[in-house]
Amino acid sequence: MKRFATFWWDFVVGDDWRVAVGIVVAFGLTALLAATSIPAWWVLPLAVAAVLWLSLRRVAR
Amino acid sequence: MKDALLVLSAFLASAVEMVEALTIVLASGLTRGWRSSLIGVGAATLALAVVIAALGPALTLIPIDALRLVVGGLLLAFGLQWLRKAILRASGYKALHDEDEVFARELREAETAPREERAGVDWYGFTLSFKGVFLEGLEVAFIVITFGSTQGSIPLAALGAGVALVLVAAIGVLVRKPLARAPENTMKFAVGVMLTTFGIFWGAEGAGVDWPGGDASLPGVLVFVLLVSLGFVTALRRRKLAIA
Repeated sequence: MKRFATFWWDFVVGDDWRVAVGIVVAFGLTALLAATSIPAWWVLPLAVAAVLWLSLRRVAR
Repeated sequence: MKDALLVLSAFLASAVEMVEALTIVLASGLTRGWRSSLIGVGAATLALAVVIAALGPALTLIPIDALRLVVGGLLLAFGLQWLRKAILRASGYKALHDEDEVFARELREAETAPREERAGVDWYGFTLSFKGVFLEGLEVAFIVITFGSTQGSIPLAALGAGVALVLVAAIGVLVRKPLARAPENTMKFAVGVMLTTFGIFWGAEGAGVDWPGGDASLPGVLVFVLLVSLGFVTALRRRKLAIA
């Protein structure tokens, strides 16, 4: 059971769980903004770039 | 444009995974015998077909917006994993994936493993091939199903994956050596960029976003992801040089 859970964790989340959390938060922000009259299309691209850079910087330190 | 990107993404992702699976199957076949290894390949292919047959129709039952949100999230999770590793490799922070080295390690392990026969099949050779093909194929199956179902065209995504399978298998049969010369990191970088692009596009649509210009904004997202990724490679290379 533990190996099964580990496999799916590695498969979906991978090396850095913060990236997965960042994606979920970015989706939440996008959905919130999309429910208003403010354009929300720019949130996800910028959030993805920021999450990726933070993850890369952690390795490069 | 969208269809071409879909086929290209499925092709590249499949080709990368097939190259890795081929290395494992070759190591297994050369050391443990081809019969057990090829039975393992066949069993893994069947298992993948069952996964696809079960997941494909199930996904079509989900409402399109919810599907795009889930698929967008999964594609972003996969895409950013691929892209992150490819950027770290391109900038020298992670060693390049070496198929020759993987092949040599698999050969050593397969040669020294004890022989245990079950129903006339060498269990180690069978399991090694099965795991290699099934695990590498699972990601491809996810990409083909999610791309295909969201775009409403599973056959197009399957076409890209099928062409990659035939191409890599044919080269593997001809050369009988791991495809170490395949530009694996460049392919992974390209796949990472494409998966991330589609993940952003569909995920945002699923969250309720209307893209300016509709589908026409997809190339714009692709260019943005590509430029940001190349920029990160440059920044990390400079950072590494500055530290050295």
